[in-house]
Amino acid sequence: MHSLRVEARTHVGALELDVAIGVEAGECLALAGLSGAGKTSVLRVAAGLLEPEHGLVTAGDETWLDTERGVDVPPEERRCGYVFQEYALFPHLSAWQNVAYPLRGPRRKRRERAQALLERFGLGELADARPRTLSGGERQRVALARTLAREPGVLLLDEPLSALDARTRADAARELAAVLREVDAPALLVTHDFAEAAQLGDRVGVMDAGRIVQDGTPSELAAEPRSAFVADFTGAVVLTGTASAGPDGLTHVELDGGGAVTSTDGGAGAVAVSVYPWEIAIEPADESPHGSAQNHIPAEVVSITTIGNRVRLGLAGPQPLAAEITAASAERLALRAGARVTASWKAAATRLVPI
Amino acid sequence: MTLRRAWFPALLALALAAALTFLTLPVVAIFVDRSPGDLIESLGEEGALDALWLSLRTTAISMLIIVAVGTPAAYLLATRSFRGKALVVTLIELPLVLPPAVAGIALLAAVGPAGILGETIETAGIELSLATAGVVVALTFVASPFYVRGAMAAFASVDRTLLDASRTLGASEARGFARVMIPAALPGLAAGGALALGRALGEFGATLMFAGSFQGITQTVPLAIYDRFSTNFDSALALSAVLVAVSAAILFAVKLVQRDDVLGGWGEARA
Repeated sequence: MHSLRVEARTHVGALELDVAIGVEAGECLALAGLSGAGKTSVLRVAAGLLEPEHGLVTAGDETWLDTERGVDVPPEERRCGYVFQEYALFPHLSAWQNVAYPLRGPRRKRRERAQALLERFGLGELADARPRTLSGGERQRVALARTLAREPGVLLLDEPLSALDARTRADAARELAAVLREVDAPALLVTHDFAEAAQLGDRVGVMDAGRIVQDGTPSELAAEPRSAFVADFTGAVVLTGTASAGPDGLTHVELDGGGAVTSTDGGAGAVAVSVYPWEIAIEPADESPHGSAQNHIPAEVVSITTIGNRVRLGLAGPQPLAAEITAASAERLALRAGARVTASWKAAATRLVPI
Repeated sequence: MTLRRAWFPALLALALAAALTFLTLPVVAIFVDRSPGDLIESLGEEGALDALWLSLRTTAISMLIIVAVGTPAAYLLATRSFRGKALVVTLIELPLVLPPAVAGIALLAAVGPAGILGETIETAGIELSLATAGVVVALTFVASPFYVRGAMAAFASVDRTLLDASRTLGASEARGFARVMIPAALPGLAAGGALALGRALGEFGATLMFAGSFQGITQTVPLAIYDRFSTNFDSALALSAVLVAVSAAILFAVKLVQRDDVLGGWGEARA
């Protein structure tokens, strides 16, 4: 399987859906947006569970849907691995029977294959358990194992982490990221959480009212939002780098592309550094930094977007950044595109997530 | 003070006690009016066992027909929407509220010897009126709406994403119906089936009018009870006791199936 292409123009209830997306093999595109934006409808069109008025779905050289030519391959013949929001495990079947559901052949072979998949997700012991006796995290892993049993040509994930509690979510996200790296099928993921999209998606498409209003890498979106909606939605800035323990008990991160920051979080190896734009203070580049902030990154202002009484600054540094300051401060500093500034924030406001 | 506060709970308890007495006294009376030995002895009388055997046979056959046809029909009604669906559902439910005598007349007018399809059926070599097959037709007509209604509700309450999941996992809709929807809807299907079974077992009016009351051919237990209550009260009582026991067993079995923990894992996933 090579790439996935989904185009749809249709009404879904009151929503007017109009999207055209492409995902390459091995790539994960995260569709992010508020609920009701039409994200799940895109997945349903791809899987064949929703027939759009006008649409085209191709996977590699297979055409699954072409409303112009009257092609509509039924869902069971599209090799889509669909992980549903609440996982949709079959309540009357045990974990291994759920995983074996898409498998064909003699029972012994199906059981062996299901067992192997469950073990890969650390669930070997729970093969005979019914879904309702499993925890949220275990259910999510059974659902993933069941989806992979199908050997899908395309992965579709609908809010794969939202049914989990905060404690389980970080582990589940790491595990899911590992699965996404391993699978060479194109993956389409839907989430209402930009941080989740940034962590799991190679690219993020922000959806609003049935359309993709902007797409790009997470840092591009955070640094250069083309609309107030995207700026507001993207929330945290995400940078990548390599972490090591510093002498002062803090974690030292060498950023990819140059520069370094410190964090009060622990971490080692490749990490994603995230910080909220409103934690970032802006000073003119010629003033030497003062105050309690430990992290200072030189940058150039590339965009200025007003969101109510706030201003979001898109900053070009070693990696794109975004800062949010009050409109009054922006005026006082006389900021304009091209101005050279220093972006500063505290080590305590710097979150580290392994990648 | 306590008296003023306690009057409402006392009223509730009194209402329950009245209802319970009224509803159980006649049933209990069936068993205590004659000694158990007398009851069993009366069952051995000529015709009683014939009636029991006929009731079991005709009920079993009509239940097979009802489940085989009613399950897919109910699934269609529960999972698809189309123009005129409300009308279709109303027509299917109509026999529920039809007086049994009207049901009997309706069957005679439709498939009786002089009915609109009477000649066709006769040409096909099928004998319905005054024949055992006629009893099956009458039972199926009055009992199937109970099953179809229950099955519709059962299918409608199953999470539709289960069927979506089944399809994206490579199973055709037919396979998903058999492997996912039916097992997930089973408690509801069983409840609908039990209601239909109870109704079929107790069917009286439509059978009498459409199929008649001939011992060993069309005389089911309720007809046999009616036939002998003025001449052989003991035998009528014994047959009634059997019907009560069977009905109670059905009701109990359904309550058992509907309790989540009995079969384990049927209920919706707990958070």
